[in-house]
Amino acid sequence: MTQQGVRWSAEQVLALAPDAASRKAGSKLGAAGPWSEAGSSDEGTVWGQCKGSGSKPYRTVVDIADAAGPAYRCSCPSRKFPCKHALGLLLLWAGGDGAVSAGQAPDWAEQWIEGRRQRAEQKRTAGASASSSGSGDPEAARRRAERRAERITAGATELEQRLADLLRGGLASAEQSGYGLWEETAARMVDAQAPGLAARVRELGAIPSSGPGWPVRLLEECALLHLLDQGWLHRDALPDGLAARVRSRIGLPGTADGPPLRDRWLVLAQYDTADARLTTRRIWLHGTDSDRTALLLSYGAAGRAPELALPVGLTLDAEVSAYPGAGQLRAALGEQFAPPAPSVTRPPGVTAARAAARYGEALRDDPWLDSVPVTLDRVIPIPDGDSWQLADADADAALPLTPTARTRTGLWRLVALSGGAPVKVFGECGHRGFTPLTAWPEGAGEAVQLC
Amino acid sequence: MNRTSTPVDAPASGAWEELVTAALLGTERRTPPGGAPGREAPVALLDAAAEETVRRRAGLRAARAAGRPEPAAEDPRPVLPPAAARRLALLLADRPGTGGGGRRGTAPDLMELLPQWLAAANARGFAAPPQALPALLDAARGRTDLRPAALAFAGPRAVWLARLNPDWRFALRATPGGGAAMPHPEDTEQTRCLWEEGLFAERVALLSAIRAREPAAARELLTTTWSAERAEDRLMFLDSLRMGLGPEDEPFLEQALADRSRNVRATAAELLSALPGSALAARMAVRAAACVAVDHTGDSPMITVEAPHECDASMERDGVVAKAPAGRGERSWWFGQLVEATPLGTWSVRLGGRTPRQIVALPVTDDWQSELHAAWCRAAVRQRDPEWARALLGTPSAPEAGGPGAVSLAERAKLLGTLSAVERADWVAGFIAAHGLSEAFQLLGVCAVPWSAPLGRAVVDALNIARDAGSYPWSFSGVMGLAERCLDPSEASRLDGLLAIPDETEDASPGAGGYWAEAFQRLVRTLRLRAAMAEELGA
Repeated sequence: MTQQGVRWSAEQVLALAPDAASRKAGSKLGAAGPWSEAGSSDEGTVWGQCKGSGSKPYRTVVDIADAAGPAYRCSCPSRKFPCKHALGLLLLWAGGDGAVSAGQAPDWAEQWIEGRRQRAEQKRTAGASASSSGSGDPEAARRRAERRAERITAGATELEQRLADLLRGGLASAEQSGYGLWEETAARMVDAQAPGLAARVRELGAIPSSGPGWPVRLLEECALLHLLDQGWLHRDALPDGLAARVRSRIGLPGTADGPPLRDRWLVLAQYDTADARLTTRRIWLHGTDSDRTALLLSYGAAGRAPELALPVGLTLDAEVSAYPGAGQLRAALGEQFAPPAPSVTRPPGVTAARAAARYGEALRDDPWLDSVPVTLDRVIPIPDGDSWQLADADADAALPLTPTARTRTGLWRLVALSGGAPVKVFGECGHRGFTPLTAWPEGAGEAVQLC
Repeated sequence: MNRTSTPVDAPASGAWEELVTAALLGTERRTPPGGAPGREAPVALLDAAAEETVRRRAGLRAARAAGRPEPAAEDPRPVLPPAAARRLALLLADRPGTGGGGRRGTAPDLMELLPQWLAAANARGFAAPPQALPALLDAARGRTDLRPAALAFAGPRAVWLARLNPDWRFALRATPGGGAAMPHPEDTEQTRCLWEEGLFAERVALLSAIRAREPAAARELLTTTWSAERAEDRLMFLDSLRMGLGPEDEPFLEQALADRSRNVRATAAELLSALPGSALAARMAVRAAACVAVDHTGDSPMITVEAPHECDASMERDGVVAKAPAGRGERSWWFGQLVEATPLGTWSVRLGGRTPRQIVALPVTDDWQSELHAAWCRAAVRQRDPEWARALLGTPSAPEAGGPGAVSLAERAKLLGTLSAVERADWVAGFIAAHGLSEAFQLLGVCAVPWSAPLGRAVVDALNIARDAGSYPWSFSGVMGLAERCLDPSEASRLDGLLAIPDETEDASPGAGGYWAEAFQRLVRTLRLRAAMAEELGA
């Protein structure tokens, strides 16, 4: 495998940036001017020296071959990760204008790469021995799990009581009580070690101020919360797959112990959502041969970009293992057999009617599901009053866009790409509507990120 | 999909409504429908609501499609090379307000390169990548100077998009007829219809378009409705005749000299005076020549000036403004206007067969020199007479060229505009070599981009001298910025010697050397970037 064949595009590099300021600073460093001795090796290492304001140039190395996304090392003092030098170097490399020549890494770059390889090797052997010897005392672990299950049961029972009280007095009173009541209940659920319940309860607090139609939404969410409580309390009576979904919805940790599936995984979309505590990154993958869709989740502390970064449009030859639960799409990335490479493959698509049906079918396995990933074939974005919809080019069927999708700038990129003609769109389809994430033009052309 | 699609079967929706009502009021006040035995009312309600919620969600169906918009017109231009498309994305990502700010450091100012990039892409006739259009339109929205090039590059799809997004309405205004197609040149019926019924902006655009193709046709079209137009509109329409102005326009302009509106009369007179063969120009020549003569009585010949004593009705009809602005003498005001509108060819004949250079060199009596020379400058610019412009500019290295001489910097810049690009660059290069950069900004602005080799070298040398003189680079930030955008990228290698931080000399400003090195680094980087941009576009 030669590096010349797998250069990334500038968009893919810029997608690694932790924030807009880094993106801007990095793109300015993506020209040959400040760089010297820049090079790349066949093993997927890119290095270079960047002239900064100091007398000594910064030494920047990037390892793009790593399974968990690129790794960076730079001698600059920036706490941004990756720093602008790493971004600039990758842009220079992505530009492919000969500024980064193929060659042998200098000692300072080689040392770091060597160190990384060794650590990874140690981790692998350590992991293998740990799993063979078993972890700690199984009896103690079982007791811990039991204690936690008891706490959650107490929490779920308490929550059932609160929901019953609410319904007895009427939802209309919820409008006056505001956030306070729900924040307190959420805190109780955190104490009960049921973070999944806590998060759902916290969201209830925002519904009364979410505009017209809020009683319907509040009743829906209360009912689904009740369903989850009941699922937990009667988990022994549930089929295994559904019981696993209930456990993960409640917030119990699971391990991705499904059988590893090796495939050429196309990166369909990557986007971050952030709250006050946590940045969550979602990466959607599509297996070219298996036609499976998988979701990788990665977290970062508030204000920091999660570490895993996979640019849209690349294909990974890698293994992916699913988390437990029926219809579970969440997976963990396992071994990666080659560096990510650009690809022209596109996922197969379906009609709008089929996409809506697919969401309905997925609810059988997971009634709490908000949306399913789906690729729409030959759809046209159409303005519909102050909203938008994606309509089949060949049938009178359309999916409305979600309220959040309507306000994103990506909507206009989608509209511009289409120009009134059919496009292929990947996104999430659910009860709130469709959220477009990536689009492809009808003819030749790269994937266009919409998020 | 809730909003637009119907649940699986209608009766269920009625049951849901009842559940919502009961939930809203509370089960104490309203007993929910159904209700399993042995369950408390609120729990039974939650059971039913959970079932109903999942059922409603599972039963969602695709909605009916709303009216489809007409697809955007096909863009026949070739697709942008991938490297150039990535560059465009980078240039557009560097929007003001996306972080940073403050001191620029050594990084190129990408947004400033966008106009050049657009010009190069337009010159090669590439189509814009559709997904880049929103960012491009947003950039053009904030900067009106970008709009013409950005909209030309953006092509028909941008107009299509602008109809869907009110933020980009300017794209519709800029396009003639709000995107409605211009009538075909042969389609006289449609042309007439648009001319008689169109909006003002549409009519101006129509007139300009026809004028560019067939000057006489535009004038004839204007004549058909001329007397019925409002004064402001007449002024704008008359102004569009400036393009492709020729002797055939004289009768129409002569007639406009009698217009009701003073501004229309003045504009007509100005246009006529730019036609040296016009009757108005001849009348002005007679008046002006009467005021200027060569006096041979002294040791050497001198020009004497006798300014007009009155501004009569015929002068006013020919566009002379009778009332002088505050602080100016009436007679010199009238005199200036006469000379300005007089064909420059008159003077050689009038002043003893001398060449323009000899005439400009003649001394002028009684402090009339600045008035006379300034009027000649305006005439040379208006009549686009390079020979006179050359004479009035003088040699660039002459001492008075740098100081506040008879000809101001603004006038010089205008005079330079009448010369060829090569001559212009050579003159400015000579000026910079003799006088440095402090006065050069305005003059550099009229030079063709990229700068010619001699001009580029003169600027770099002058910057080098300024650095050695110990001043700070920000005193020259204007010229530096111009150099980043206008210097020929092939000059970058000549700058290598300037990138290092020089040893600080005693009389230098503290730290200046470092800032200069930084400024030169930015210059070199920007030049390299421009070279890369040009290469990506196949220049």
